[in-house]
Amino acid sequence: MSRFHDEVQAIRARYPEGSRSAALPALRLAQEKHGWLSRQAIEETAEALDVTPAFCYSVATFYDMLHLEPVGKHTIDVCTNLPCALCGAQRVIEAFESELGIHAGETTEDGEITLRAVECLGGCGYATVVAVDDRYHHSVRAETVPEIVGGIDGGT
Amino acid sequence: MAEHKVLLAGADEHDLTQLAEYRAIGGYAGVAKARAMTPDALIAELEKAVLRGRGGAGFPMGRKASLIDRKSAKPKYLVVNADESEPGAFKDREVMGKVPHRLIEGCLIAAHAIESRDVFIYIRGEYLTEYEILSGAVEEARAAGIFGDVEITVHRGAGAYICGEETALLESLEGKRGQPRPRPPFPPIQGLYYAPTQINNVCTIATVPVILEMGAEEFAKTGVPSSPGTAIFSVSGNVARPGNYELELGTPMRELIFEHAGGIADGRELKAVIPGGSSVPALTPDEIDVRLDYDSLGAIGTFFGAASLIVVDDRCCMVQLALRSTKFYMHESCGKCTPCRVGTRWMVQILESIENGTATHADLELLDSVGDNILGKVLCALGEFAVYPVHSYLHKWREEFVAHVEHGGCPFAGSSSLEGIFAPSDQHAHTPAGEEALV
Repeated sequence: MSRFHDEVQAIRARYPEGSRSAALPALRLAQEKHGWLSRQAIEETAEALDVTPAFCYSVATFYDMLHLEPVGKHTIDVCTNLPCALCGAQRVIEAFESELGIHAGETTEDGEITLRAVECLGGCGYATVVAVDDRYHHSVRAETVPEIVGGIDGGT
Repeated sequence: MAEHKVLLAGADEHDLTQLAEYRAIGGYAGVAKARAMTPDALIAELEKAVLRGRGGAGFPMGRKASLIDRKSAKPKYLVVNADESEPGAFKDREVMGKVPHRLIEGCLIAAHAIESRDVFIYIRGEYLTEYEILSGAVEEARAAGIFGDVEITVHRGAGAYICGEETALLESLEGKRGQPRPRPPFPPIQGLYYAPTQINNVCTIATVPVILEMGAEEFAKTGVPSSPGTAIFSVSGNVARPGNYELELGTPMRELIFEHAGGIADGRELKAVIPGGSSVPALTPDEIDVRLDYDSLGAIGTFFGAASLIVVDDRCCMVQLALRSTKFYMHESCGKCTPCRVGTRWMVQILESIENGTATHADLELLDSVGDNILGKVLCALGEFAVYPVHSYLHKWREEFVAHVEHGGCPFAGSSSLEGIFAPSDQHAHTPAGEEALV
């Protein structure tokens, strides 16, 4: 059996027997391995969890952090919810768009970076909040955007 | 009045993510004290403290514990709701990042009260750094033998606001889509894996060691009689010093905004305060002379909610505020109940027509009526959270909505602080690339 299969069994052991609680951690693990949840990734996960691919797919479609399509090697998530929006999130996301040459929701042509507008990240007192590969940057302003992009490994 | 730190006590002076430092300030003494008590006596102590749930509903934690069927042959579960996702709230994140051991200690005490051996902390997926800190603290405490026969599992979510709703959280923790369950049965009777389950917010559980340390009687003397203790208030939006402030319950809202948070930024005027996270009715500037506790805010028609104040200055168009807020709830609706799934979309369409000037006076009535047809007709509070704020904007700032209709567009003419803001729901979805995609 594969290493992925073994890792999933270790996760399953943390939860009561017969439960499907390992589904989210297993899907996250598969995503880390494949970069996104391709058909192959979903099938591998289903096999390791002893459930149908359809079950895994139904779960994966529910959650924003699980990707059912390819994403860049790095992700930039800009919060545009109310507290950040009141403090200028729109200018921040526009600065990322112009720095990267793509629109929010798109990936750079070289497949390196995906830029997204996201809902509240829970850093409202430090607007605008930007998560680069799930690491938070606080109080981001349009002027600090080039520095953030430059700090990404392989960033342009 | 200065901040009154009990939940965050010691975090400025010490690195309380380290077990040794938490112990040095008396940490984990509460567990020993609790374990010397019978579960009945411990629950009685917690009931005496009247610790009201900090997640938003305000249900007394001790009373919740008393509802658990401890005689059940099934395992009893304690679940900590760390899925903080209410726009405006960022206090649970600070607690987990700065005082993780206080949360863990609270878990062990609460587990003893309900005779549980299995604790799950469900942390929102986006909080990666806090997950690492909390997991590290759990490992350290486990290795030090503090857990006894209790096991604590930190479980990460994967990006879904609805999983902060307690039954959706349970579904998600069971590995499914996070869609709320009908109630009854309530979780204390039938919760996680169909077993008796206590669910509490991070700040609620992290306050439990404080009660053991002070004694319930002393604790109940802080704050106000109907809501003792402190709360961490998250203040965001157009204030000079946004951030988290731990204050006694009952502190005047004006003091929080104008003293602690430094007043309105950039010399602007206050226009609105959304006092409990984006889901509650907003207050006008002449309504903010209110005390920050559950009953005082309830008395003026809003909610304590997540103790998270979003402060809005006079540059903001209230129609745009309503539209951006509703797009969030539309995006996060789980789709299970038709009034919420369809109603939030309909509200977005009406608000868009008001903002772009194609709406009529009848559309304002329609917006009201669509909201009325969501309220009370859905399984969980999300649908209501979409409606409460919008109804308050529509009724308290009605002249602004009417102006949009009569002027055929936004009277701010591009100068609103929210001008051009877009939401994740506006992003074009990718066309799945490659044959491998399952979609």
